[in-house]
Amino acid sequence: MTAVHLLAAGQATSAGASVTFWVLAVLSVTAALGMVLAPRAVYCAVLLAVVMLSLAVLYAVAGAPFLAFVQIIVYTGAVLMLFLFVLMIVGVSAPDSMRETIAGQRLAAGVAGIALLVLLSLIVGHAAIGPAPPAVAGFSVGNVRGLATLIFTKYVFPFEVTAALLITAALGAMVLAHRERTSPKPTQRDLSQQRVAGSHPSPLPGPGVYARHNAVDFPALLPDGRPSELSVSPIIVARESELGTGPAAALPPGGGAANGAAGEQDTAGSEPEEARP
Amino acid sequence: MSPSHFVALSVVLFVIGAIGVLVRRNALVIFMCVELMLNAVNLAFVAFARLHANLDGQVIAFFVMVVAAAEVVVGLAILMAIFRARRSASVDDANLLKY
Repeated sequence: MTAVHLLAAGQATSAGASVTFWVLAVLSVTAALGMVLAPRAVYCAVLLAVVMLSLAVLYAVAGAPFLAFVQIIVYTGAVLMLFLFVLMIVGVSAPDSMRETIAGQRLAAGVAGIALLVLLSLIVGHAAIGPAPPAVAGFSVGNVRGLATLIFTKYVFPFEVTAALLITAALGAMVLAHRERTSPKPTQRDLSQQRVAGSHPSPLPGPGVYARHNAVDFPALLPDGRPSELSVSPIIVARESELGTGPAAALPPGGGAANGAAGEQDTAGSEPEEARP
Repeated sequence: MSPSHFVALSVVLFVIGAIGVLVRRNALVIFMCVELMLNAVNLAFVAFARLHANLDGQVIAFFVMVVAAAEVVVGLAILMAIFRARRSASVDDANLLKY
């Protein structure tokens, strides 16, 4: 390849890199703004995933292919999934309350943010950041090898300390997330005795039996044609009678007495759980 | 495509994350904004590593990712413990130490 070809190839890749940069910069800033403004935490998590994926591509553009893969695997793969797991436990449905608890806090936060932006822009603007050196070894092909050499020679002690940190974090998470049992665990014998002592030892009738549709909210029909209250979950009955639509809305809310006993019987085996707000 | 563009983008993302930490009330979302700030700093590390043609910056960014993962694990476990005790993930509700 001649020098002209090399120059043309370099210009083409830099043009591609700058297009990638501008597209991803706009995308990531938009997603980050959306994350701050979105009322629901699930939207925030998804928008954060967008930011992290575009940052991964930007790492690859900036000569860090190994970090790009680590970013995708560790951040979008592990950290965000952990966020989503906790989000599902903590409750996805409730939107963040947008009421200000401290008067003028949002305004003050905006002013402080703009001040921080001005400060950081001044610092970055004053620093003379020149263009990157054109072609450096270790930023495309030999990236993994170069990083491995550094990690296992110069940074081997921080690397070992990182291992200790990860073990400590895993232990801490186990200790913090552990829940002490307040009542003894019911044995299989206890459960079977409870079941026989209740009013309904056999399994409850399934929904949709002899009905027009085989859906969970269609009560099963008894031999005389009446809908069976036992066949539909009381949660679905309560929801549909609240909404006013659906085939289970006609059933009395809460189900019959036997249904309530069956519900207790169902939950007796699981851990005691308080009602969600 | 000079590293100054990357540094500017990282500044913008860092400021957005900081505003999010100040404004939001849900502890999970605050955590996500902290992660955004950490990512922004990582981007600056990568950009400066490219500028100085020195892989040390990328190693530091790698360590930042590891520490952030550990921080998220412990932080989310604390959040779950608080949620179990108080049935809320809002930072306004954790006010037992208030005068």
